[in-house]
Amino acid sequence: MNIGPVVRKEFRQIRRDKRALGILIFIPAVLLILVGYALNFDVKHLRLAVYDEDNTRTSREFVNSFVHSEYFEYKYHALSKRELDEVLNDGTAHLALVIPRDFSQNLLSGRQATVQVILDGSNNNTAAVASGYVAAGIQDYSRKILTEWLEKRGRPLVIPIDIRPKLWYNPELKTAKYLVPGLFGLILMIVTVISTSLSVVREKELGTMEQLKTSPLKSYEIIIGKAIPYVVIALISASLIMVLGALLFDVRIQGSIPLLYFAILIFVLGGLGQGLLISSIANSQQVAFFVSVFSSLLPSFLLSGFIFPIKSMPLVLQVVSNLQAAKFFLVIVRSIILKGVGVGAFWEQFVYLSLFAALTIGVSSVRLQRELSR
Amino acid sequence: MKAIREMIVKEFLQIRRDKRMLPIVILAPIVQVILLGYAATVDVKEIPLVVSDMDNSRESRELIARFTNSGYFVVAAYVDRPKKIDEYLDGSVATMAVLIPENFGKNIGTGRGTQLQLIADGADANTANISLGYASQITAGYSQSILLNQLLKTSGGLAPPQLKVETRVWFNPDLRSANYMVPGVVAMILMIITTTFTSAGIVREKEIGTMEQLLVTPIKPHQLILGKLLPFVIIGFIDVILVLGVAVNLFGIPLKGSIPLLFGLAGLFILTTLGLGLFVSTISHTQQQAMMTAQFFIFFPMIFLSGFTFPIENMPKIIQAITYIIPLRYFLEIIRGLFLKGVGIETLWPQALALLVFGVTILSLSVLRFQKRLG
Repeated sequence: MNIGPVVRKEFRQIRRDKRALGILIFIPAVLLILVGYALNFDVKHLRLAVYDEDNTRTSREFVNSFVHSEYFEYKYHALSKRELDEVLNDGTAHLALVIPRDFSQNLLSGRQATVQVILDGSNNNTAAVASGYVAAGIQDYSRKILTEWLEKRGRPLVIPIDIRPKLWYNPELKTAKYLVPGLFGLILMIVTVISTSLSVVREKELGTMEQLKTSPLKSYEIIIGKAIPYVVIALISASLIMVLGALLFDVRIQGSIPLLYFAILIFVLGGLGQGLLISSIANSQQVAFFVSVFSSLLPSFLLSGFIFPIKSMPLVLQVVSNLQAAKFFLVIVRSIILKGVGVGAFWEQFVYLSLFAALTIGVSSVRLQRELSR
Repeated sequence: MKAIREMIVKEFLQIRRDKRMLPIVILAPIVQVILLGYAATVDVKEIPLVVSDMDNSRESRELIARFTNSGYFVVAAYVDRPKKIDEYLDGSVATMAVLIPENFGKNIGTGRGTQLQLIADGADANTANISLGYASQITAGYSQSILLNQLLKTSGGLAPPQLKVETRVWFNPDLRSANYMVPGVVAMILMIITTTFTSAGIVREKEIGTMEQLLVTPIKPHQLILGKLLPFVIIGFIDVILVLGVAVNLFGIPLKGSIPLLFGLAGLFILTTLGLGLFVSTISHTQQQAMMTAQFFIFFPMIFLSGFTFPIENMPKIIQAITYIIPLRYFLEIIRGLFLKGVGIETLWPQALALLVFGVTILSLSVLRFQKRLG
């Protein structure tokens, strides 16, 4: 087999284009840092607007009990309902607390007092978490007044069920721990699918594919030769993410590292197959790029469970999500990195990844071979 | 004017000649908004539970029933020993475990109090956070009702003071993810299509050598640029109409604000994406370079730092400052405001102004660079 020259040619071409090389190797690191430091779903410092119609010591004390947590930030003191409308409309406040005129009177006379909370539901995730915080805040305050009421009667408060919440795998609930493994899928997809498809179609578009065809190389040698450099680059970026993830974000690999590399390799092969398949269909780099972005980048961002839980999607889409390898890869990567479990827990995903790689590489080589021998 | 028109005709001929281009320009955005609209959801529901009920009393069953009746949880498995929950959590069959100790019901009944352990799979921090929130609310609600009953019995009918909260959700009362995400997807697709086509379209002429041919024609640089950009403005607007149609008709996202205003502000946004695309084309020599640059230096920052999925207020202060130069951030605020809140220009003018300033700046900068390179 004579693939050395094509590999060398491809590497030379990649090296000549300094920016592309830089992008392929260093941008993953930049993305990692961004994802690790800047991005999280933590809902804190919710901007709170208060309209206190009661305006007594009790009501102010109640508001204070809310503000004295890292979850809420007292942003606006409204003097009318209209003002509340405005601050919710323009996004000054995420939520508003309305305390009715009879609030303290009701509480002091042992009746039920009601407060109103208005949530800006446009970001449903923030709103869901915020409503949990509000409920917890109200509960704390209820407990406080109940304790006072019981104390007056000389009785202690016994909470019937004491909740002991506990988190496994990621005790500090760091989004980075969840996202960093997910980043592997995203970055490897870009390096493999987009780069290979562009690099093959580029030869078609510039007419240099004819030159390759007239060379004594066999078509499979051209295909393998074009693919090898991207496997190497993909493995380098993956290692970089691993090292930086451990150094910067303390995302340590709990499971077996050789197993992880093996999974990465199979995933990368699948990505290459997908890229080659696209290049056998597309005739211009623009088309190749769009098909790649829409078939690999966006699905691996949105349909893989990287950010959005697949369980929450409609059934049809859960079925569709099986068409791409990133979903299965992510299960493997998270299991190895976060849970440290062995191959027994995810052998099905392994089988699927291997099938995906075999299928895409098989179909695309047949198609490219036909095209090259024409 | 004639020169520009002919340039536009040439561009459209080129788009038509590439048989796969037209479907991509028209169909891909529709398929994407449908897929992404359904996929981009962070709704947390039907959380699979593994239950270890060592008590099996009326109280423990009542608690489990409260979990499943809430609609947030489904029981994936019951185990007979606490140790056995491991395999369910390890294998991701369940993402939450409820451990009910022995004498749970008895200790509640005698007023002694008991403990309940909840274990959540923290690997997905967001889901874990929300699941624990729901579980605690359900348990606390149950605990509260037991307490009130006991107090009523022992205090001779005298009710303790209670605090009730009445929650109202504005703008998106059902807390549907789609209402928040689909307008964002519209903006994202618009950005990807217009930026890539401008950047790659111009570099393509350089790469295959036809730029020289264009330069020896009597066309002036600004006519060349306009002729190159206008087709993408047109395509961009066609895509806006298509994608908005899907958002409103298929997803039933209410468009509460003014449609002409939406189109006007989308025009301002396209100004910025075309400017960025043109800028990329002036610093790239090959299409591969142009597309990689667009992807990493424009799409990724835009997607991650615009508030599309990750709330800006959670980012570190420095990164928050950077988000002010992300045009998508402003357009997201605009399109979400128009869709969900139905606000008008009196609320959105700061965002519109930011887009205008950014668009004019980046576009004139790129045109200058482009002309210099051509000269």
